Amino acid sequence: MAETREPRLEYVLRLGDSALVLGQRLSEWCGHAPVLEEELALANTALDLLGQARLLLTRAGQMEGAGRDEDALAFLRDPQAFRNVTLVELPNGDFARTVLRNLLFCAFQEQLWAGLRASSDAELAAIAAKSAKETRYHVEHAADWCVRLGDGTDESHQRMQEALDTLWPYTAELFTADAVDEAAAATGFGPAWASLEAGWQKLVRPVLEEATLAVPAPTAFRSTGKGGVHSEHLGHLLALMQTLPRSHPGARW
Amino acid sequence: MLSSARAWEVLATVPDPEIPVLSVCDLGIVRHVQADDEGVAVTLTPTYSGCPATEAIAADVRAALVEAGAGSVEVQTRLDPPWTTDWISEAGQEKLRRYGIAPPHTLQPGAPRPVRLVPRAVACPRCASKRTTRLSAFGSTACKALYRCEDCREPFDYFKPL
Repeated sequence: MAETREPRLEYVLRLGDSALVLGQRLSEWCGHAPVLEEELALANTALDLLGQARLLLTRAGQMEGAGRDEDALAFLRDPQAFRNVTLVELPNGDFARTVLRNLLFCAFQEQLWAGLRASSDAELAAIAAKSAKETRYHVEHAADWCVRLGDGTDESHQRMQEALDTLWPYTAELFTADAVDEAAAATGFGPAWASLEAGWQKLVRPVLEEATLAVPAPTAFRSTGKGGVHSEHLGHLLALMQTLPRSHPGARW
Repeated sequence: MLSSARAWEVLATVPDPEIPVLSVCDLGIVRHVQADDEGVAVTLTPTYSGCPATEAIAADVRAALVEAGAGSVEVQTRLDPPWTTDWISEAGQEKLRRYGIAPPHTLQPGAPRPVRLVPRAVACPRCASKRTTRLSAFGSTACKALYRCEDCREPFDYFKPL
C-alpha cells in the first residue's frame, strides 16, 4: 500500500530513496573491493549519495509536515513505503555490474539535477545545484571503468556484457511516465522523468559503444520500485540498514 | 560582545577537521557573519553533501566563538550557491601545497566537460614536476584524488575542482 499520496512528496521520496538505497548498496563494498583505490572510490561515492539522500529526505519530511526527519524516513519505514527505482536495490553482483549500474543511474541523476535547478522549490533547486557537481565525478569514474572493462580482456568484456544484459531492462522504469511525474512537470516542481530519456541516452550510449558493448533490445518488462512495489532484495537491504535504530530507538552516538 | 571583524578573526583560527592546515575561512565555507548585541550569526556552505566533517565544523565554529566571548552563536547552513573550490583563498592554496596536497585547478563556470576523464597536468606539491599520474579519482576523502609523481615517485593528494 502506498503510504503517501501527495505527488510532490512522492517525487522527492523517489529522489531521496534512490540515492539512499544506492548509497547503502555501494557501502557494502567496504572491505571487498578488488583494489584499495576502488574501495575508496566506491565508499566516497556512497558517502556523496548518502549526503544527497539526507538533504532530500529532510526536505521530504518538511513537506510531509508530520514531524518525520531524515532518520525517521530512512530507518522507520517499511519496504513498501520506499519509492526508489528497482535498479538501485538489485544486489551489487560483481565489480562490472556495480560500475555499470553507477553509470546508468548516475548519468540519470545528472539529467535530473540539470532539470531540477529550475525547480519552483528553492530548496530542491539548491540540492540539485550542489549534487550535480558531485554526480559528474561519479559518472566519470563509472564511465572510465565501463570502457576499461568492456574493451578489456575476454573475461572482463563478457562480465560487462552480462551486467548490461541484466541491468538494461530495469532502466525502462526510470522513464516510464506516471501521475507523479506529470504533476511535478505541470507545476514546475521538477522535470518529468520521461523527458530525460533523450539526454540520458546521449550520455550513456557513446560510453557503451566505446566499451564495445551491445545494448539489448527494448522489452516489455517494467520494474515498479518508484510506485512502491519492489523486488525481494529491498527488504533484505533495509533489514540490515535499519536494524540498529529499530533495535535501539532513539539511540545516540 | 563580539564585533564582526573580531568574529572573522576568530573564524580564521578554526581549522578544517580533515585538512587542519586550512581554516574554515581559507576553505571559503564561511559565507556570512553578522554580529550584534544579541550574538553572532554565521552562515556556512558545506563542501560535499556527504562530507562527514560538516557537523564537526559547525560545532567547532560555535565553540570557538563562544570561547571568544560571543553571547549566543547561531550557525546556519546555506546550500545555494553551492560551494566551489574556486572559493579556497590564495593563502589557502599555498597552505595546501606546503602541506603536500596539490591545490585544485580553477574552474571555468559553464564550460562543457566531457564525460570521460580528461588528464590534467597536476604539479607535484613536493618537487613541482608535472610528470604525474592519477592513481584513483577518489583519494582519502571525497574532495581529493590520488596521484603519483613520476619524478620524485611520491604519492600525493590532489584537491579536485568542484
